[in-house]
Amino acid sequence: MQEQEMSDQNKAVVRAKGIEESYGLKKLLTRHKLTEEEYGKIKENLGRSPSFSELGVYSALWSEHCSYKSSKNHLSRFPTTGEHVVMGPGENAGVVHLKEDLCCVFKMESHNHPSFIEPYQGAATGVGGILRDVFCMGARPIALLNCLRFGSKTHPKSSWLFQEVIKGIGDYGNCVGIPTVGGNVSFDDCYNGNILVNAMAVGLIRKNRIFTGKASGEGNLIYYLGSATGRDGVHGATMASDSFSSEDEEERGAIQVGDPFSEKLLLEATLEVLEKNLVTGIQDMGAAGLTSSLFEMAERGGSGLNVNLDKIPVRAENLSAYELLLSESQERMVMVVEPQKKKAVEEIFRKWDLAYAVIGQVTKSEKIKMYHKGKLEVDVSFKDIIKDAPRYNRPMKFKKKKIKSNSFEKNIIEKIREFGIKNFIWKILQSKADKSFIYKQYDRHIGSKTVLSSDNKGAAVMWLGDEVKNHPFLGLVLSSSTMERVCYYDAQIGGEHSVWKAARMISACGGKPLAITDCLNFGNPEDPYVMGDFSQAVDGISQACKDLNTPVVSGNVSLYNETDGVSIHPSPMIGMVGIIDDVRQAKPCVVKEECFLYLLSPKDKIFSFVGSEAQTLCQINQELGLIEPIRADKELQAMKFIRDFSTSESFLACSDIGASGLLSTVIQMLIEQDLSFDIEVPENEKEQYLFSYMPGSYILALKNKNDILLQKLRQNLTHYELKNLGEIRKSVLDYRVNHESIPKQETLTTYRSSLPL
Amino acid sequence: MIRSQKDPIALMNFPGSNCSYDCHFAFKNLWNIKLQDVFSCDRVLAGDIRGLIIPGGFSYGDYLRGGALASWAPIINELQGFIKKGGKVLGICNGFQILLEGKFLPGALLKNTSNRFICEDSFLEVSTGPSLYQRLLETKISLPIAHGEGRFFIDKDGLKNLEDNNQIVFRYQEEKNPNGSISNIAGICSKDGHILGMMPHPERAISPFSGGSGTAGKQVLETFLSMCL
Repeated sequence: MQEQEMSDQNKAVVRAKGIEESYGLKKLLTRHKLTEEEYGKIKENLGRSPSFSELGVYSALWSEHCSYKSSKNHLSRFPTTGEHVVMGPGENAGVVHLKEDLCCVFKMESHNHPSFIEPYQGAATGVGGILRDVFCMGARPIALLNCLRFGSKTHPKSSWLFQEVIKGIGDYGNCVGIPTVGGNVSFDDCYNGNILVNAMAVGLIRKNRIFTGKASGEGNLIYYLGSATGRDGVHGATMASDSFSSEDEEERGAIQVGDPFSEKLLLEATLEVLEKNLVTGIQDMGAAGLTSSLFEMAERGGSGLNVNLDKIPVRAENLSAYELLLSESQERMVMVVEPQKKKAVEEIFRKWDLAYAVIGQVTKSEKIKMYHKGKLEVDVSFKDIIKDAPRYNRPMKFKKKKIKSNSFEKNIIEKIREFGIKNFIWKILQSKADKSFIYKQYDRHIGSKTVLSSDNKGAAVMWLGDEVKNHPFLGLVLSSSTMERVCYYDAQIGGEHSVWKAARMISACGGKPLAITDCLNFGNPEDPYVMGDFSQAVDGISQACKDLNTPVVSGNVSLYNETDGVSIHPSPMIGMVGIIDDVRQAKPCVVKEECFLYLLSPKDKIFSFVGSEAQTLCQINQELGLIEPIRADKELQAMKFIRDFSTSESFLACSDIGASGLLSTVIQMLIEQDLSFDIEVPENEKEQYLFSYMPGSYILALKNKNDILLQKLRQNLTHYELKNLGEIRKSVLDYRVNHESIPKQETLTTYRSSLPL
Repeated sequence: MIRSQKDPIALMNFPGSNCSYDCHFAFKNLWNIKLQDVFSCDRVLAGDIRGLIIPGGFSYGDYLRGGALASWAPIINELQGFIKKGGKVLGICNGFQILLEGKFLPGALLKNTSNRFICEDSFLEVSTGPSLYQRLLETKISLPIAHGEGRFFIDKDGLKNLEDNNQIVFRYQEEKNPNGSISNIAGICSKDGHILGMMPHPERAISPFSGGSGTAGKQVLETFLSMCL
């Protein structure tokens, strides 16, 4: 055996020399996106030159996408523990405890680069990938969310990218049968060359039934399950770590193609084998395909593997070892199974009509050995390759902090006055746009759990009543957000606001925030300013998570969102999970009956135009106002107030006031209904009230003015005040703001005709 | 409700039938009825089954045409005999597509005119006619739809037959036809009223707070149930 290993190793070395000579080292490294320094490290690691397949393995595992080499040192600052956290970052997805033995599994992930090249398949496979991350832990997925950013609405590619991404997400989720219940979408020039497609999946699991991705137990079998392997997506992981140049069209061949039907079968088969305790370790094949799953599982389990690549079910001819290892064909899983359970698992795989094969065994050594056509192609220590993966403390530079300028706010207000309220709100609504084109393409109700979803415009609420014995109306509340325009001016405060925005959405419907996942979309990490933003955003998110007691339990980083040297705005997408005790009391954003409107806002009001929709529309970017930091204690008081008050029958609806301002919020609460409103704000600060971002402020819709609970709770509001804003009446008449009319029909038309179709 | 030991209603599962859970949930939640699962490859239907639901979803992925592959599955042969013996069938969404592909009901379902999947509330009119559905349901109800291929089509003669025999059970309200269906058709039944195929999802409209909006689905399922007991 010893001798055999020696000769195998020699063979690998001989072949490696061959590739260095025949391709030229420089070309080889460029293609694999490795630096010379990293290549030196690989040789040191192996004690020899790598074989071609090994080089592929190293390049994939050491890619930004898989190794987090630029970001890992920063991510360690996230708070990741808490009383609800069952499993934090490091596994396929994070787990938080809900009630009794019920837990929630969730994660968000990016598929930006593939979606820009082939939007339909890129977005579809993004959904597929995140679903597998959740169900491979044994959780049944119950909801999907999507956070999307596209370039300017007038950019020639936007319409195509937008429509195809939406269709891709819808077709995949609808077919697998998981409702797409929420998300956020917007358009900005900074995404012209790099769109964002971030998908979040949420699943349910029992506390003692959580499975992890580890390979252990000498002699256990390694199963390959699911779709056969093709050439698609070879080198997807390194592509995701690459910036685009406009000429880059040859990458198209690397895009994966999704098959939601296979995913559905894989989902059912996986949950069945896990339910029956037939599997000791399991992992989906995501970025870098078989390579990353096998190496990660070996590392987690502390066991070596012997793999025969000839056994892999294939759907293309003459696949090389290199291609078999790096293919990102979709809908595939790796499972580790004890030999005595072979018959039982295979019976289930056959029942679900899935291709499977035993491709290897767990060994006692520290080596992963992969054979192809009788040759040893890969012979690498799983410990070294993970342990020695490069980690960079990339240089950072920080943008100059903006100083408060008095003229900034004045200029914006002047500009708004030039437009007039009516014209200005139409501009804002055009920019917000009616999203029904999007969410109507998503099955939002399948699974019988949806209480509130995208048509409600706020957080999504899922009913969990048949999952827990003693809490028949328990619900899960889901939200997502990023405030990239605030981040653009100050990544730290922007990161903080992004988390708080997600928390406000959950609070507005009466829920309590529990934990977050994130997807950190940034530009080129080799640009010190991008890295500076990244680091600050991590700090901002960390601070917010500490203040809100919502740890980070899973996440993903997407760097190199850069085209022709232009990076996107820092876009830390936050996905938040909260809990609500009684879904029947969940407050929608949308109002359907006559009521009174109240403004719940801090006593010392904050009107922020920085990062607001108004600022973007006024195109005043040079001088800036001060960006208000979060005032955590005060905001928490408002959140608790809404939660406590949500038991009242009189409390009909609630929405926080985001970057598009109060007036836009009010309009969106009722625009689809046969309702009209009449509101009044202090005339001397009209523009600030109507159009600024009011962090931590909410609009409440009440049926009665004299609610007993309200009177009682109001007394505890030391930092906040609740003021009458006006009322909503059944009427065909125009909207009214401070006695000024806004024609209803034209408003609706403007709102409805502003997506790039 | 009085029930025999084993509930006489079955749910026909194909690979990709993703609304099975919702159907189980509705019957359990409303009446504590356990639907018997039958599978596409089964070659026998238990004799005590009196009603059969074909749920929504994407049977075999529906990459060819909604319901096209499922209509060739072994269990479909059993369906023939089941119907001959007077069994009641409810095909919802993909189930409706399968019933048409299998020629159990006339017509076809094409891609929506928008060429897009549509998930929204639909507003339906229940026509008058001899079937129990037409007799018992309220004349105007709202049920959610969620489909990409729901545009009902049939030739002129076929449409005339459907109308003459009062087989059109559900029509989308004029002006609110979501998918371009001919004559606003949302659901039809067999001449004897035993087989109902419909695009809207009654199983998603049973709870005042979850699923699609409204609770009109309960009436539809209840009518089906009363025919089976």
